[in-house]
Amino acid sequence: MDIDLSQFYQVFFEESFEGLDTMEHELLHLEEDSDRENINTIFRAAHSIKGGSATFNFKEVAEFTHVMETLLDEMREGKRPVEKETVDLLLRSVDCLRGMLNRIQDGEEVGDSHIDLVNYFNELLSNGSSSGSDSPATEVDDSSADSEGEITRWSIHFEPEAYILETGNEPVRMFRELKGYGELTAKANLDKVPDFDELKPESCFMSWDLELDGEVDEDAIKETFEWVEDDCKLEIKPLSSAGGKAKAAKVVSANADETTEENEEEEVQTSNVKNMVPVASEKPAAKAAQKPASTASIRVGIDKVDTLIDLVGELVITQSMLSEVGENFDISKLNLLLSGLGELEQKTRELQESVMRIRMLPIGFVFNRLPRMVRDLSTQLSKKVNLEIKGESTELDKTVMEQIGDPLTHLVRNALDHGIESVDRRIEAGKSETGTLILNAFHQGGNIVIEISDDGAGINPDIIYRKAVEKGLIPDGIEMPREQILSLIMEPGFSTAEVVSDVSGRGVGMDVVKRNINNLGGNVEISSELGKGTTFTIRLPLTLAILDGQLIKVGDETFVLPLVSIIESVPLSMAETSRIAGDMPVYKLHEDYIPIIDLQEEFEIRKNLGASNDGLLAIVEGENRKIALRIDELLGQQQVVIKSLESHYKSIQGVSGATILGDGRVSLILDIVGLSKRASDRTHKKLVA
Amino acid sequence: MTKILAVDDSASMRQMVSFTLKSAGFDVTEAADGVEALRAAKTNAFDVVISDVNMPNMDGLSLVRELRTLSNYRFVPILMLTTESSNDKKQAGRSAGATGWIVKPFNPDQLLSTVRKVIG
Repeated sequence: MDIDLSQFYQVFFEESFEGLDTMEHELLHLEEDSDRENINTIFRAAHSIKGGSATFNFKEVAEFTHVMETLLDEMREGKRPVEKETVDLLLRSVDCLRGMLNRIQDGEEVGDSHIDLVNYFNELLSNGSSSGSDSPATEVDDSSADSEGEITRWSIHFEPEAYILETGNEPVRMFRELKGYGELTAKANLDKVPDFDELKPESCFMSWDLELDGEVDEDAIKETFEWVEDDCKLEIKPLSSAGGKAKAAKVVSANADETTEENEEEEVQTSNVKNMVPVASEKPAAKAAQKPASTASIRVGIDKVDTLIDLVGELVITQSMLSEVGENFDISKLNLLLSGLGELEQKTRELQESVMRIRMLPIGFVFNRLPRMVRDLSTQLSKKVNLEIKGESTELDKTVMEQIGDPLTHLVRNALDHGIESVDRRIEAGKSETGTLILNAFHQGGNIVIEISDDGAGINPDIIYRKAVEKGLIPDGIEMPREQILSLIMEPGFSTAEVVSDVSGRGVGMDVVKRNINNLGGNVEISSELGKGTTFTIRLPLTLAILDGQLIKVGDETFVLPLVSIIESVPLSMAETSRIAGDMPVYKLHEDYIPIIDLQEEFEIRKNLGASNDGLLAIVEGENRKIALRIDELLGQQQVVIKSLESHYKSIQGVSGATILGDGRVSLILDIVGLSKRASDRTHKKLVA
Repeated sequence: MTKILAVDDSASMRQMVSFTLKSAGFDVTEAADGVEALRAAKTNAFDVVISDVNMPNMDGLSLVRELRTLSNYRFVPILMLTTESSNDKKQAGRSAGATGWIVKPFNPDQLLSTVRKVIG
């Protein structure tokens, strides 16, 4: 049968990466409490990867996991202690395997990054208590092809134990298999069959003398009885050989260490199964150069799918009810129609929410990579840190999750480097020598909130303030609330680290963290108490596919503004506007002047002939930059589904996407940051000109 | 149609076994561990059970022992999928009541010929 194994690769990669994550997670806990179940879980994960990789012909992975597994087996059996060095080695192996699998998945060469580790394992294992590894690669055993000439007739005595049927082994099966080798005559021996009264139908009291006439070697015959070799007496004797030289009962010596009860009167024993393992007859063909398709996939809980199916079922019922109402509609059925439509609306909304939930994954996927980092970093920094993770089952959109990983890693790294103090300093400050880092996630409104808090030294706002003045970020003497001062550390180019450490980098970073989070439509807040610790709070939308929008009208066009970006709106007639250098109109908001962008001009929309004082200024903010948009009218607020403009048209600065409104018209979603860049570029050009 | 229960905690192996057997015309039910398998076995009459050894919740050996206590499964062929070519591991499988084994790595053809062997 021709079965294309590559169709299972993707699943294999996914489960292997999952297995590696599990191994890493368990390994990190191994040092504290190494109970057997812990090691068992790690062993099982390695074992599965080994089995799969061998089956799917990823030879290097199979070999590597085999030595790993041998070591783990020794640990599991208590033959090898759980030591930091061993755990370190295993952790490094996890990294290495991850790299190997990634390369295989991308269709690249596996490389030889693993060879050093494999050698190291082998060295460790050969020094250890257990004998070296038996290679997982099956080898064809050809020892049976002796020079004695082909034997063509065999006598086989087969006397199974009474319980043989209860192992699911049916003697007829073996006879049938032997028949495949030549002509078989069987003589049943009924001596031991008891009287009918004592006959137990589930037991086998018969034995057989068989004669097999065919060119077959002894190993093949033994292989037929391989599964029952310990549950029967078996004698195999050659009767004649094609070479004419009939051999007298060739005694096969038993392997002393593996035979169970030896039967004294038995002259000929069957055993030595060691080399008789059914073998893979073909060597894996030269590695196919095919590149496995790496489409991203997602695992969805079956309950989510069931909910969807239920909802679709209900939707169909509502639909058929509505079409029945519509068949001969008269006004008396109006109430029925309205309630039907109401139901339709509700079901649609539920369906929408359920479909969105499919993309939702527990944040544990991101959190789980942090313990390893905390362990490595705290060792590197000689600090003691206890990481607590809460709310790892809190779900968020897959895309959001993919993009939050890096900022989160950065914040944790910062907390370890700058937040939590060294052991000495902690003791000096009267704290416990082990610092605590808490990661927490929970839902709040339509957002997911992620908190990273440490019980370290905290951030001194005075130092931040002075530094910000020094860097020219703020004018000296300006009054600022505490939180605002703290958030200055996320301004581009700001760094207070006295010494640049190789852990947290060189002052770039916090601004990138903030920008990344802003790009996801979220924000970061910092709260800190000197000597007590610091908490970073990240708020993110649950999904990027749907946006809470404010519809606005400009000329005859309707646009969508992200609701979160809107600060306020002012009638143009009451707004204090003026012009500054470059002929740029500005609006005075509190103490600041912010640029005004006339969307009608910006998008070259046909002017309607209203008075120039009509309309509104919508004050919006993106990435801490405020601008005022001159618009005609604020329309309703609604959730809009974001469609990519790039995939349907092309990317336009100032427009983040498009959506389809209730009346079927396409409306553009405005990107505040892009718009303000567009405006400042143009002003700049004007000034230069 | 011959009904087969395929038990493996690894989804890729399970799918490979199940796909191969289904392509050969067998009726296959999948289970991800011993507990799931036992539940399925109690409500179905499988003609053959193929099970991995190392699994969470309930491993393959315990599964075989449990199955053999059910009157419906006293004589049913149970094959173990094992990477262990060492004899004591096989011995452990057999003393638990397994019929035989298929050694990993195996290819679809080897799987089919072994299964055909036990069902006759």
